[in-house]
Amino acid sequence: MTKRLQNITSKLPAAAALALIVLLWFILSETGIVPGYMLPSPVDVVKALIGDFPIIMEHARTTLQEAFYGLSIGIILAFITATLMDHFLILNRAFYPIMIITQTIPTIAIAPVLVLWMGFGMAPKITLVVITTFFPITVGLLDGYKSVDRDSIDLMRAMGATKLQIFWHVKIPAAMPQFFAGLKISASYAVVGAVISEWLGGFVGLGVYMTRVKQAYAFDKMFAVIIFIVVISLLLMAVVNVIRRVSMPWMAVEERGEKDEKE
Amino acid sequence: MTLLKAEHITKKYSGRTIIEDISIDLQEGELVSLLGVSGAGKTTLFHVLSGLVAPEEGRVLLSGEDITAKPGRISYMMQKDLLLPHKKIIDNVSLPLVLKGEKKKDAREKADPLFEEFGLEGTQYQYPSQLSGGMRQRAALLRTYLSSDGVALLDEPFSALDTITKSNIHRWYLDVMEHINLSTLFITHDIDEAILLSDRIYILNGRPGRITEEIVIEEKKPRQADFNLSDAFFRYKREIIGRLALEEEQEK
Repeated sequence: MTKRLQNITSKLPAAAALALIVLLWFILSETGIVPGYMLPSPVDVVKALIGDFPIIMEHARTTLQEAFYGLSIGIILAFITATLMDHFLILNRAFYPIMIITQTIPTIAIAPVLVLWMGFGMAPKITLVVITTFFPITVGLLDGYKSVDRDSIDLMRAMGATKLQIFWHVKIPAAMPQFFAGLKISASYAVVGAVISEWLGGFVGLGVYMTRVKQAYAFDKMFAVIIFIVVISLLLMAVVNVIRRVSMPWMAVEERGEKDEKE
Repeated sequence: MTLLKAEHITKKYSGRTIIEDISIDLQEGELVSLLGVSGAGKTTLFHVLSGLVAPEEGRVLLSGEDITAKPGRISYMMQKDLLLPHKKIIDNVSLPLVLKGEKKKDAREKADPLFEEFGLEGTQYQYPSQLSGGMRQRAALLRTYLSSDGVALLDEPFSALDTITKSNIHRWYLDVMEHINLSTLFITHDIDEAILLSDRIYILNGRPGRITEEIVIEEKKPRQADFNLSDAFFRYKREIIGRLALEEEQEK
C-alpha cells in the first residue's frame, strides 16, 4: 500500500464519524424533532455563513489581530520566562507553583476585570490571550530544556563549549518538539480567548458579533460564527504543524523511520 | 614523549573518596586502557582528566602544561554516542570545530575527507536516527578525533554494542588507528577488549579506586584480528584475571 493511500484510509473513520453527526443533526432539525428556533438546520447555518461571510470576515479581522498579537507576546514572554527559570533554579522554585495556580483561574472570570481595568479596546483582549497562551508554551519549553541528557551537556563542556553555545546547540533544539506541542494548544486557545473577552465588552470582533446575533435570536447566524471559529482554529493548528515540520526536518526523518520499522 | 600526565589525583564526592592518589601517563601514539570493576572510579578519573571537575589533590598536565579543571583541551567520548538528533552527521562530527569559532562551512570541509577513513562515506547528510548503533559509534569517534589536539579519552565506547558488532568495530578500530594519530586512554571492563587494543593496561581496583598494576602488552601493532585466539593473548588474560582476583581477596 502506498504511503499516500494509507494516509487517506487512516483518516476515513474520523471523516465518517463527522459525516454521521452532521447527518443526525440534519435529520433532527429537518424532521422537526428539535424545533428550528433551538437547533437550526445545517443547511440554514451554511446559508447564514455564506450570506454573512463579508461581515464575519470584518469582525474576524479584529479577533485574529488580537489573537495574533496576544500569541506573539505570549510566545516571547514564555521564552524569556522558561529560559530564566531553567537557568536559575531559585526562580523555578519560586514561580512554578504560582504559574500552576494562575492556570486554575477561569478565563471567563478574569475577562470582566481586565475590561474594567483597560477599557473596551483591544488591550484587555490581547492581555487575556497572553495569559491563556503563555502557560502551555512555558511549560512545554521548561520540560524540553529539562529533557536534555546530562551527559550531552558534559560532553559539550568537555569540547570547550560556552553556556551560550550549549544553549544554542543543545537546549533549544531539544526543547523544540515540546515547544511546538505547547504552541499548537496555545494557537487554538488564542482565538477562543479573544472571542471570550469580546463577549464581555467591545465594539468589534467575532465575540461581539456573536453576542449581537444571539440577542436577535438568530441562532443560524450564531452557529455560522461558531463553525467559522472552529475552522479558523483548525487552520491555525495546521499552520503551526507546517512550521513545526519545516523547522524540525529531523523529526520527519525519525517519524518515517519508525513507520518503516512497523511495516 | 609524554603527552598526558596525571599526578597524584584524589577526588571526593560529598566526603567520600572515589579515587585516591592516581598517577598515570600517556605517551604519544599509545593506547592505554584502564581496566577495573564497576565502581572503581574510572569515569570519575575521566571527569577529572577532561577538566569537567576539579580534583581535591593532584594535577593534570598536557605536554607539560597544567590543564587541571580546564575543559576543552582533551577530547572525551562517552559510552552513549550523544550525537545530537537534530544535526546531520557532518554537522555533528564537525561541531567541535564550530565551537572553537570556525564557520559551519569551513568545519564541514575539514570533516568531509575523514568520512571515508572512518568508514562513514555517504552518511554525511543523514541524521543520527538513520544510522545503526555501530555507525553512530564510528561517527562519535570521528567527532572525538576532530575535537582533540591528539589526546582522547574513551569511556567504554563499544560496551553498548552487541558482540558481533563489537568484534567488527574492534577490527575497524585497529585499522583506523593505523592511519590517524590519536593517543588514547581507554576505559573498559572487558578484559579481551583491553588486551586486544592496548599497548599498556592499568588495573584500577578497590574503593576508593587506586592503580594497583601496570601491564605492558608486547604484541606488535598492527595486530591481527585473530590475536585474541593466540597463546600470548591467553597468557595475558590469565595474568590479568589473576591480578583482579588477588585484589578482591585482599579487599576481604
